[in-house]
Amino acid sequence: MTIKETLSGVHTRRNILKGAAAIGGGALSTPFLSRLAFAEPVELTMLAWYGHAEPDMVSEFEAENNVKFKPKYYTGGDNMLGLIAQSPSGTFDLILSDAEYVQQLNAAGYIEKLDPADYPFDDFFPEFQKFPGHWVDNDLYSVITRFGFLGVAYNTEAITEKEASTYNVYWTEKLKGKVGHFDWHLPNLGQVSLLNGNATPYDIDETAWDAVQEKTMTLRPQIGGFFDYGGTFSSLQNGQMLAMAGIGDWITGTLERNGAKVRSVIPEEGGLQFTESFSIGKGTQKGDLAKKWIQYITSAKGQVKSANMVAYPCLIPNQKGWELLAKETPEEAKRQGMLLTESNNAMELIRSGRIKYRQLPVQQSLEDWNDFWSEYKGS
Amino acid sequence: MRKSITFYGLTFSLPMLVWQALFFLAPLLFLIALSFWSVRNFRMEPDFNPDNWTRMLGRAVFWQAYLRTFLLSASAAVITSILAFPCAYAIAFKLSETARRWAIFLMVIPFFTSYLVRVYSWQIFLSDNGIFNALFAQVGIGPFGMLNSSFGVMIGYLTLSFPLVVLLQLFSLVFVDKTLIEAAHNLHCGRLRTVFEVIVPSAKVGLVIAALFCFILTFGDFVSPLYLGGGDPPTLSILITDTTKSGQQWPRAAVIALTMIATLLAVAFAAVSFAYRERGR
Repeated sequence: MTIKETLSGVHTRRNILKGAAAIGGGALSTPFLSRLAFAEPVELTMLAWYGHAEPDMVSEFEAENNVKFKPKYYTGGDNMLGLIAQSPSGTFDLILSDAEYVQQLNAAGYIEKLDPADYPFDDFFPEFQKFPGHWVDNDLYSVITRFGFLGVAYNTEAITEKEASTYNVYWTEKLKGKVGHFDWHLPNLGQVSLLNGNATPYDIDETAWDAVQEKTMTLRPQIGGFFDYGGTFSSLQNGQMLAMAGIGDWITGTLERNGAKVRSVIPEEGGLQFTESFSIGKGTQKGDLAKKWIQYITSAKGQVKSANMVAYPCLIPNQKGWELLAKETPEEAKRQGMLLTESNNAMELIRSGRIKYRQLPVQQSLEDWNDFWSEYKGS
Repeated sequence: MRKSITFYGLTFSLPMLVWQALFFLAPLLFLIALSFWSVRNFRMEPDFNPDNWTRMLGRAVFWQAYLRTFLLSASAAVITSILAFPCAYAIAFKLSETARRWAIFLMVIPFFTSYLVRVYSWQIFLSDNGIFNALFAQVGIGPFGMLNSSFGVMIGYLTLSFPLVVLLQLFSLVFVDKTLIEAAHNLHCGRLRTVFEVIVPSAKVGLVIAALFCFILTFGDFVSPLYLGGGDPPTLSILITDTTKSGQQWPRAAVIALTMIATLLAVAFAAVSFAYRERGR
């Protein structure tokens, strides 16, 4: 078509059809072009404790990988296992679990086998490179991402650190009615087991178990309440409870960062360690993306985010993560005891043997421990 | 004469029957079946296992929680009814038409906010370092341990049921035949005696139903015993959550729930038959 033809408005039928085809094709292809440019984010489902899929943790990964996390939060390992058991295979792409439940996840066939070469284990402290329960012989099923210690949580205006340095503080007269329990039998009974001098607090014979029950019952008159996650926070914050059994810095650290006069200490009888790790759910269609998330969150950069998680802070197993944390948020690294230069850091606590893993009871059934806990609460 | 059920009448009552079948009968039947299921490796499996019943009903901790819950709810029904009555009485007989409308509106307002939020806010008032104890300290008394106690639970129960009990009592009082009250006055019956000999018997059905609603609401309440009672000692609703938390024992929790439903049905039948029992019979 010449300029003259165009200006004069003379069009052949062929030219009109050509133009119409071009405009129509362009219009029809617009959604596809725009979809390529602004593709719908891929949804990644995560079953986890509260906080793990909140913006402070996932927004960067979401933006980089065009992903949208869809979290399902749980409270407690039993709750987590129940949710998986009642959901079809492939419902959860990522599963965050406490260490003691990984074996059960694996035994029930809920998680995929992982390739150790995919993850930065060489950057981890040696203690976490082959963490018990996460491996079956040389097969890996879960990658540790963070951990924490449980000890005596106390109000710093009511109790000194020296007083709180033994579990016996729960029995002192001035704390009558002011000791709270985080309402879960495992950490509470584990602490009493440590106080009774059991080197392996969860692997105890019937005599030691009877002694743990007897000792725990003597604590009952001191108890002011049994609290869930939210209740634990509020009762420590408003000073209603002056000491709390069964928790550690994962709760007091959050409160302390917000100015509350609470802290946790590992008492002389020793502390307990909980561990959180990521697994890939069996039957997931997004295994590669799930793997990419685990790689991200266990990298030094991801580990710094994990240590500073808004919902609750934790220790991290990646040594390079410690180094980066010391540069980026040195105050938090110091507060949590994650400075390699300090002799009393978290790793030294583990190496000195003062920390024991929290685990499921070995010689009794979980039901035995829970039944006792119900009776203790009702007494 | 016995009324026959017509198709026309049935059509109008059908939504209620469908609702009852869908949201009460079907879940109840499922709950009964569930109470016989087994749990293996955190997974529920259909079964006919009476062990859940024998185990739960054979535990002292269950009966302690049962008795505690029953007493707390019965106390709440009595206390709430006593506290609500003067309020309902004043609205029904002492206020003008406009003021009564405003009073009813004020009684409805608490339902605009979540019960959980209202209970959480009570913690600020009741805690050892809370507002009430700060006020008591001004006059040189206290501090009193109000939070994480039965007192705290009762405050929560009042928060939950007081406005509803006032409204139910009120709707019953406004329908009391005023000529009976006038007759009592004409016969020189004292004010207090008129209340107890004329008004209360005339409004008995509504007053009993109000107390019954209070009992039903508080018997199954989980929020106040946990957040104002500190879960110490546990009520049946807390025992249900404890049971489900450990090993996913939903079948055993179903046993507790069914026992609660049976109790509520028994109390409701007893209360309704008492409410409609004629004087002197």
